[in-house]
Amino acid sequence: MTDKTGDLGVILLVHTALDRASQVARHWAESGCPVVIHVDKDIAPKKYAGFVKSLSDLDDIRFSRRQRCEWGRWSIVGATQSAAELILQSFPDVRHVYLASGSCLPLRPIQELRSYLAQRPRTDFIESATTEDVPWTVGGLDIERFTLRFPFSWKRQRRLFDGYVRLQRKLRMGRRIPEGIVPHMGSQWWCLTRQTLSAILEDPKRKVYDRYFKRVWIPDESYFQTIVRLYSRDIESRSLTLSKFDYQGRPHIFYDDHLQLLRQSQCFVARKIWRHADLLYEEFLGNRDNPESRVEPDPSKIDRIFAKALECRTRGRTGLYMHSRFPKEGWENGLTSAPYSVFEGFSELFEGFENWLGRTTGARVHGHLFAPEKAEFAGGESVYTGGLCDSAAIRNNNPKALLANLIWNTRGERQAFQYGPDDTPDIRWFMAKDPNAQISVITGAWAVPLFHSNLNFSAIRTIAAERQKSESAFLDVLRSPYAKANVRVWTLAEFIEAPMVHLQTLIDEISPRAMRRLTEAPRMSDLAGFGQFLQNLKNHGMHPYLMGEFPKDDTNVQSGRPSVKPFVVK
Amino acid sequence: MNKRTRPGINTAQDCRQRQSFASELRTAYRLRWKRRRLLFRALRKRRQLSVVSDRTDQIGSRDLIAASTVRNEIARLPFFLSYYRKLGIDHFLFVDNDSDDGTREFLGKQPDVSLWATPHSYKLSRFGIDWLTWLQIKYAHGHWCLTVDADEFFVYPYHDERPLRELTNWLDANQTRSFGAIMLDMYPKGRLAENAYVPGNDPFETLCWFDADNYTFTYQPVLKNLWIQGGVRARRFFSDDPRRAPTLGKKPLVKWNRRYVYVSSTHSLLPRCLNDVHEETAGEMASGVLLHAKFLDSVVQRSAIEKQRKEHFANSEYYESYYDSVSANPCLWCADSVRYSDWKQLESLGLMSRGQWR
Repeated sequence: MTDKTGDLGVILLVHTALDRASQVARHWAESGCPVVIHVDKDIAPKKYAGFVKSLSDLDDIRFSRRQRCEWGRWSIVGATQSAAELILQSFPDVRHVYLASGSCLPLRPIQELRSYLAQRPRTDFIESATTEDVPWTVGGLDIERFTLRFPFSWKRQRRLFDGYVRLQRKLRMGRRIPEGIVPHMGSQWWCLTRQTLSAILEDPKRKVYDRYFKRVWIPDESYFQTIVRLYSRDIESRSLTLSKFDYQGRPHIFYDDHLQLLRQSQCFVARKIWRHADLLYEEFLGNRDNPESRVEPDPSKIDRIFAKALECRTRGRTGLYMHSRFPKEGWENGLTSAPYSVFEGFSELFEGFENWLGRTTGARVHGHLFAPEKAEFAGGESVYTGGLCDSAAIRNNNPKALLANLIWNTRGERQAFQYGPDDTPDIRWFMAKDPNAQISVITGAWAVPLFHSNLNFSAIRTIAAERQKSESAFLDVLRSPYAKANVRVWTLAEFIEAPMVHLQTLIDEISPRAMRRLTEAPRMSDLAGFGQFLQNLKNHGMHPYLMGEFPKDDTNVQSGRPSVKPFVVK
Repeated sequence: MNKRTRPGINTAQDCRQRQSFASELRTAYRLRWKRRRLLFRALRKRRQLSVVSDRTDQIGSRDLIAASTVRNEIARLPFFLSYYRKLGIDHFLFVDNDSDDGTREFLGKQPDVSLWATPHSYKLSRFGIDWLTWLQIKYAHGHWCLTVDADEFFVYPYHDERPLRELTNWLDANQTRSFGAIMLDMYPKGRLAENAYVPGNDPFETLCWFDADNYTFTYQPVLKNLWIQGGVRARRFFSDDPRRAPTLGKKPLVKWNRRYVYVSSTHSLLPRCLNDVHEETAGEMASGVLLHAKFLDSVVQRSAIEKQRKEHFANSEYYESYYDSVSANPCLWCADSVRYSDWKQLESLGLMSRGQWR
């Protein structure tokens, strides 16, 4: 050992898992650190006696006066104060005092911590920040921790606690912060020098401060953090103890499987350790004769993992619906997990449109997923990725689930499908509200197959009337202010004036990186005589208006007239 | 604005609009009485149970308890017991419903099993729940209790590294009293009867395929529960009538209180706050999976028997064709089936979540 022992003193606050606390206390003491232990008064006398006995063979261990400690209240600070007084008194060699709990576990040899501190003999390691500057607080109490009174226990008297806070807010009650101090907050676990700590404890105004902090909310995170600002010459505002909190402000617990993570963090001490984590205790308290390392603590990897955990708990995976994530309408944080394209009227107007689209964009192109007979998956498959079934009954039972599941199952591959006026209408709002949907509609194109069909004209007329009504309702949905999809609508007449231009726009959007000029166009259905067909419908009293204007005697509808900009809704 | 163009018209799956205060209160009061009725029912059904081996004096105050109703499960039980012992279940409560294959003798010999027997109707006991409710009232009060069938194997995040007690401790710390799981029907590649199962072996050596994501979720406002359907059985046997497909959402793990009761199988509970195992904002709560080892080779013969017994579904006549299909020894595997590897795979597929438990 390079330094003389006894320069680092440890205060252990213990309230549970005495066996582990005893193990850790022994570890500190055997590594040459005097230890003062505060045991919560809630521990039964018999257990306490056993605990004291288990450490009786060690010289440098003292037990401070026991108090009953309650989370969030003054008693923890009181216990810390008396333990700190005891350690400064009993061990005059102590230069740094480390505050730890019974569930803290030293991750690196104590010797490394001691030499780290020996190189920084005047530095106080205590996280200390003003309330305005940090978003740590959970539950909405930040500066109010210092300006309201908290006589009630948050754990046992929650209603009184909340009610009294509300009352004080309403009556604009407040209390004055003692002169000379600026409230600071930070981790409860600090490491202070003898000079600083004794100055805090011997402060002539300590009575004033103590009285004030007795009614502050969670004083163990603010008492030392505030007063240290008066005396310390060199504050390093971070805790040497690694501890993580979840979004409700409870500490994360480290388990055996965190072993590698903890080791990589190179932190000196971590909390909280699960009391049954035998592997961790064995690994970190066992005698490791590694060469002494002088690396700085680097908890960034742990930080990243827990930040991810927090995001998972609060935001979840976008577009996933499962038994523990089923957001209410409007709370989804994204309806689906990836962009997809919906085409209405294209496969009616172009022959082999689906194949062509797949070839050009590399997307997976399905037929009418919401067709009345069955879900037409790409390649005519009856079961699709993830076990999706083409049964119309299953799909109609919950159309949203089919689409959301399909997009989730095929993450990484762009999906496209056809939609039409005959298809299940129940999916319309879902698509329209989804910013991931790229919906392109050629209105009135449903008439093209009717035009080519071999049905009786009265049947054609009935179908046409139904489809027109259905499509018109769909257009209303797409034009509603709630629609968030990327929507393009052309009338049939508009579209066929410059089909290539419009197709190019769509293709570019689906695969933006390709940016190729279209070389191969899909073949358009023959529309000669279509105008007359529409006129015949009109003559039968059914006015088809969604196609746009077609001249009655259109012998050459595909002439190259100047293109019209697509009508973009959003 | 055109009145047709308001959203919500065709989005009926989501009916979590706020009820009026009065109707909420009415529902709550009605459910309170329903819960009491079910508890009373369990109290009456206790007479149907006769004790075979009572080792409940071994139950310590913090022990984890598993409860299950079984019938002719001699093949699955050896693995079942070893699986759950390994997770850290301290005591098992079994009700043997008229087995004739040695199940009773086998369970009677186990040192950590308390066994009751009954010859009465499974269906009339709400699929065994009434019997278990009585045992839970008596022995599971204040314990974490895992209620599973003999063919259900509980998988939770880190189940291979952290014993079940760590999960329950964490749930305790989060003031959570129930833990949700989705039942995942596992099936073999090839016909069902092709691979003979050897008792004691891991059934998921052959039943290692499942449907990854064809599940549908419907919110049930009265019980505040999610109704989950899908999986291979919905795909293969109920594609014409999906609403009859088996329900897959379960709450197997509950910090039991003698006032609690399961409503239908272990799909939902009363008081209904216990069904709140899903997050209504976008976040994910921690959740698990029940691997369902139903489709062992024995299922083919069993289906013919169960069709006759009519003990498994409320309207058994609707399920005759289902039993017929299973009896025909089908192949459930398809090219899109996914092979099971571990819980991390299930999590990345979105079938379970660690939530914030890391």
